[in-house]
Amino acid sequence: MSDTQKQPDAADRMPHSKLAARSNESAAGNGRGLDHAEGTSHPIRVAPEPQPRGAKVHGKRPIDQTEAAGRFIDAIQHETTHDARLWDLRSKRDRQMHIIPEWEQLRELASAIKEHTLTHLDTYLDQFEQTARANGIHVHWAKDAEEHNKIVHGILRDHGTKSLIKSKSMLTEECGFRQYMASVGIEVIETDLGERIQQLDDEDPSHIVVPAVHKLRTDVAEVFSRTIGTDPENSDVHYLAEAQREATRPLILNADAGMTGANFVVAETGSFVVCTNEGNADLSANVPPLHIASIGIEKLIPRLEDLAVFIRLLSRSALGSPITQYTSHFRGPRQGGEMHVVLVDNGRSARLNLNEFWTSLKCIRCGACMNTCPVYRRSGGLSYGATYSGPIGLIIDPTFNRHKYSALPFSSTLNGSCTNVCPVKINIHEQIAAWRKVMSENHEMPLMKKAAMKAAGAILAHPRLYRAAITTADAALNALPRFMIYNRLNAWGKQREVPHAPRQTFHSWYKQNRGTP
Amino acid sequence: MSSRDDILATIRANLPQLDRPLPQVPMFDDKAPVSLLTSFREALLSMGGDFIDPAPGQEPLAPVRERLVGVKVVCSATPEIQGNRPLSDVKVPQDLADVDIGVVRAAFAVAETGSVCLTEGNFGINALGYLAQHLIVLLDPADIVANLHHAYRRPEFRQGHYASFHTGPSATADIEGVLIRGAQGVRSLTVVPVPR
Repeated sequence: MSDTQKQPDAADRMPHSKLAARSNESAAGNGRGLDHAEGTSHPIRVAPEPQPRGAKVHGKRPIDQTEAAGRFIDAIQHETTHDARLWDLRSKRDRQMHIIPEWEQLRELASAIKEHTLTHLDTYLDQFEQTARANGIHVHWAKDAEEHNKIVHGILRDHGTKSLIKSKSMLTEECGFRQYMASVGIEVIETDLGERIQQLDDEDPSHIVVPAVHKLRTDVAEVFSRTIGTDPENSDVHYLAEAQREATRPLILNADAGMTGANFVVAETGSFVVCTNEGNADLSANVPPLHIASIGIEKLIPRLEDLAVFIRLLSRSALGSPITQYTSHFRGPRQGGEMHVVLVDNGRSARLNLNEFWTSLKCIRCGACMNTCPVYRRSGGLSYGATYSGPIGLIIDPTFNRHKYSALPFSSTLNGSCTNVCPVKINIHEQIAAWRKVMSENHEMPLMKKAAMKAAGAILAHPRLYRAAITTADAALNALPRFMIYNRLNAWGKQREVPHAPRQTFHSWYKQNRGTP
Repeated sequence: MSSRDDILATIRANLPQLDRPLPQVPMFDDKAPVSLLTSFREALLSMGGDFIDPAPGQEPLAPVRERLVGVKVVCSATPEIQGNRPLSDVKVPQDLADVDIGVVRAAFAVAETGSVCLTEGNFGINALGYLAQHLIVLLDPADIVANLHHAYRRPEFRQGHYASFHTGPSATADIEGVLIRGAQGVRSLTVVPVPR
């Protein structure tokens, strides 16, 4: 390949026009560098797009999701990769769904089993505790995050634990577990690749199934070069994954204790089930002598036959694979080992009392609603500034802090896709709408929304005004200067083009064709 | 009041007063595949697992023995295959850290998903299934059930303390969705049909 061919090829590979322009300035900006032998002997390196960071958190003040989302959208490589990756998961989920004729029946069953369990939760928790204890499991109860952390700390202290390996658990994220353990001097090592990346980068997971999905390989290369000593110039994914495997393995072998979460808890057998693709939960549970499982009380299901329904739905909904690579059932400690289960409430029992929202407790944390959500796909999970992001986050987060997460329910198009893909049939978009109502009744509406709603309210309350407004909609969209449409009052004009309104309204068509209404 | 009693009391006070009966779960086996072995094999391959049939006239264990030639550390939890790291010498799971190939027998397999079920009895030491670099699984073709509904009727989940479905090797797609086999656990999982 000649030198003159090399140059445009390198420029072609630059995914972002701004970056291409920037590199041209130095290498060939004057238009003559192209032909210069020395200029072309250096490989053209494009500086990777810096990773957009998540929502700015100011204590308990409401999280501004749209602000963080705007920065994510501006990082065009991150946004397009993220969008494509999640849509791929959604498409794979659809293919799995279509090859299971009983798919809808399974969703109905899953929903019914969860609603039955939740309306008899005290009975099943009691049954689980008795059976698990009989099998040799130590069962603990924690009212909130703080109590959870203290209980686990107590167990670890009794065993003289210095380091703990763990698999991914949204519950421990909820509890701020890693931060707590750092404060008491116990080393926590995440063993899931994505979660480990996030831990090493001191960032929360952005997705409940694929925690580092918002990062590009170049971001991971940067984090690993800084933390586990990989070559900063090498962002080959196989290289990065292998480096992490090699770096984590000695930590796994030397750990004093292991921790997992649980995807399901079976009351009749006193067992809990953990699903992973990496096998890291099984390493955490089976290598060190002590295994602690932190489990939210809503994970209960009554029987093994119910478990079949959920295992069939979980990974198909999450990743579009028929099952996770590993689905492990723990019914008691292994020989010579010790097993503890911490059952955690942390607001769940109170959520049971919320008429419109209690069914959010059916959630099995598959992430399908996130993968399908147009807002989530384009904003990245960290823009929500909360443990749970995406559609399920919008309806769970406000139960933790109604004021701090008051703006989140407005980060949705209410298109209902989340509800359609939910394997346990949570009416997610209806709950999002219901939360908006709660927020407006509690005067927790974001300021801009308030102004826009007031204007809309005036028009919607008067049919004549409304008709006049929509008849002129397209004309207005065509005639108005861009700043009138794409301004801060109209969230729909942000980061997207507003579609054309139909030439004729239904009302005028009806009047013309069907006489006076 | 203990936290346990507190939590249960709050739950009882807040339980939605709705009638939600527990449904019966059908077996969904009216369209069971003609050959369980064929569908198992297909599903396993799609999940990144390997399947080796002995060549015609070859004895069933021959492909396993071929694979073990020249391998440094082999640990077998099956009577059929002799490794060079006897399980009886393994005192703690960490002793398995240098195992190149582990050999185990599956309790049973699931055609729907391509999974093999491995219990503490099958492993001898559970960590064998995760610390070894590669895993070879012997499976009696008579031990395949149609789907997960049948699987959960099996005794393995009511007896013993540990049972795990392995469906292909350890895998991750956590960086840009690029599939990596051998994330933290075994780099490959090979199923060989060997009658008990």
